[in-house]
Amino acid sequence: MTDVEMNRLRWRCRRGRLENELVLERFLDAYGAQLEGERLAALKALLDYNDDDLWSLVSGRRECGDPALGEVVQLLRRC
Amino acid sequence: MALAKRSFDAVVVGAGGAGLRAALQLSESGLSVAVLSKVFPTRSHTVAAQGGIGAALGNMDEDSWLWHMYDTVKGSDWLGDQDAIEFMCREAPKLVYELEHFGMPFDRNENGTVYQRPFGGHSQNFGERPVQRSCCAADRTGHAMLHTLYQRNVRAHTQFFVEWMALDLVRDSSGQVLGVTALEMETGEVMILNARATLFATGGAGRIFWSTTNAFICTGDGLGMAARAGIPLEDMEFWQFHPTGVAGAGVLITEGVRGEGGYLLNKNGERFMERYAPNLKDLASRDIVSRAMATEIKEGRGAGPHGDYLLLKLDHLGPEVIDKRLPGIREISKKFANIDPVKDPIPVVPTVHYMMGGIPANYLGEVVVPQGGNPEAVVPGFYAAGECACASVHGANRLGTNSLTDLLVFGKAAAESMIKFLKENPGRKDLPKDAAERTLSRLARLDNQKNGESVAEVATEMRRTMQSHCGVFRFPDTLAEGVKKIRGIADRASRTQIKDKSRVFNTARLEALELDNLVEVARASMVSAEARKESRGAHDRSDQYKDGDRLEYKPVHMKPLTARTIEPKVRTY
Repeated sequence: MTDVEMNRLRWRCRRGRLENELVLERFLDAYGAQLEGERLAALKALLDYNDDDLWSLVSGRRECGDPALGEVVQLLRRC
Repeated sequence: MALAKRSFDAVVVGAGGAGLRAALQLSESGLSVAVLSKVFPTRSHTVAAQGGIGAALGNMDEDSWLWHMYDTVKGSDWLGDQDAIEFMCREAPKLVYELEHFGMPFDRNENGTVYQRPFGGHSQNFGERPVQRSCCAADRTGHAMLHTLYQRNVRAHTQFFVEWMALDLVRDSSGQVLGVTALEMETGEVMILNARATLFATGGAGRIFWSTTNAFICTGDGLGMAARAGIPLEDMEFWQFHPTGVAGAGVLITEGVRGEGGYLLNKNGERFMERYAPNLKDLASRDIVSRAMATEIKEGRGAGPHGDYLLLKLDHLGPEVIDKRLPGIREISKKFANIDPVKDPIPVVPTVHYMMGGIPANYLGEVVVPQGGNPEAVVPGFYAAGECACASVHGANRLGTNSLTDLLVFGKAAAESMIKFLKENPGRKDLPKDAAERTLSRLARLDNQKNGESVAEVATEMRRTMQSHCGVFRFPDTLAEGVKKIRGIADRASRTQIKDKSRVFNTARLEALELDNLVEVARASMVSAEARKESRGAHDRSDQYKDGDRLEYKPVHMKPLTARTIEPKVRTY
């Protein structure tokens, strides 16, 4: 990932809800450097979720119906 | 250097609740409207508001806008303007019904009316007993409101500039506001957005503190721009500490928890709020509860290994009530406190939550400044609404639920004022030749800075200083020292340096520009806190407990629009 792509990704981890931001910040610190391919695509897809739905997935209140996103959702839950 | 320019009837900076409510009014009246937002509109911080909208609908018990007004004036510790408060409380029910007609999914009573929950500081018959006044959509009222308003704006063809950051206000020699300069993140291009009327709805600035419930975007951009353009900020010493932020994380536990029957305990298992507010107990106003908590901690009755937090108990409500009425709370507690509130109490501390001060405005949303002998001269073409504005309805302390009420009522009122102004002032004034000079010199300074300061280090120092010198309890010596420190930090912020000078999505530059705004807010807050030598509402000084030398930015409006003045008295709950 180029620096510009990483910057864009970090900015889109700015959310309306602090809960999501804290989890996404932990995620990027842990996995950001190696993000590519399907995992990167899954994160980008999740960032398009609204804050409430994203938090529902991250907090485990709702299960993710899309198998392509499942792995990143699990990682976010552990962050 | 000549910058590209785009022209609109109205420019709205910020796409939270206030900005979207205003933009909707403006677009529906047929004006060309540009809304700038650092993030996608529905990711604005309004989305985090959980509790509800305060409005005297009277769906649960008998209620009246006059009682809502009394509670707001009392909550403000008589520092709120009574004309603006009357206006807000009278308008609130209409704005809620409007939202209902827009399709907002409110919770319902069995008879189909909007469900209203109890909330701290709201009472029936002038403080007699608690009343259920908060119109809510489970614990996602802000989310539901923001999405409803966004959809309505799409329908009204509002033009959104997403991932744009406004940088400075454009004023001409007469002081009239003619738009803003702004940076498009994707290209790095700076542009003038010329407007015949400009509204700031940029939200709060809780990120000046170390521990806050605010999202990362809450950097006080509107306040920084206003201050740099010579508009003094008002009531900046008043910061609301929410009683129940999760200890160590800052994440908010809504007051709705206490509304539904949860209560606070100290380390001895004592329900201590009974001592501080015998009547309303845990539902007393936020400043009263925060101060009580700080007192418990200070006097050694805090819980936990370091005695630095208190316990919010709700297991007695049972999993059914918790899951139905407060579903998000369980997940937040598990994630950030490692406990399940169905079994164990949540560790909580008072956490910075809301800025009562801001850009001085009247109840019409017009920005006002002292000029000649007039303390409230209107700045032509400039409006402010929501948390960035000081209308002032919150005075020294805001009541829970009144933030959403404020942004709806004053977002719409400001838009109505803009529409009137545009009708009365047709045509477009020429931009001054130096319209973008301040912005261009700031950007040039940042790009050319040598041997400068790190943005992250200055920001950290600012947050630590605000936290330790300007917290729940304030002391004259630490405030005086805080003023010196924050001035030094502001000086360092004027010499920040960035390594990355690229144009496209340069977040280092954005964060440096945000720091310029944060520092303006931090300095104003610390200086005002030191200068106000009395304890009032959220501003609690150890040296003055009764009216001392009152700091008056502008005279408090004690005369309501139609009601009788609510005379000051000692606040008890």
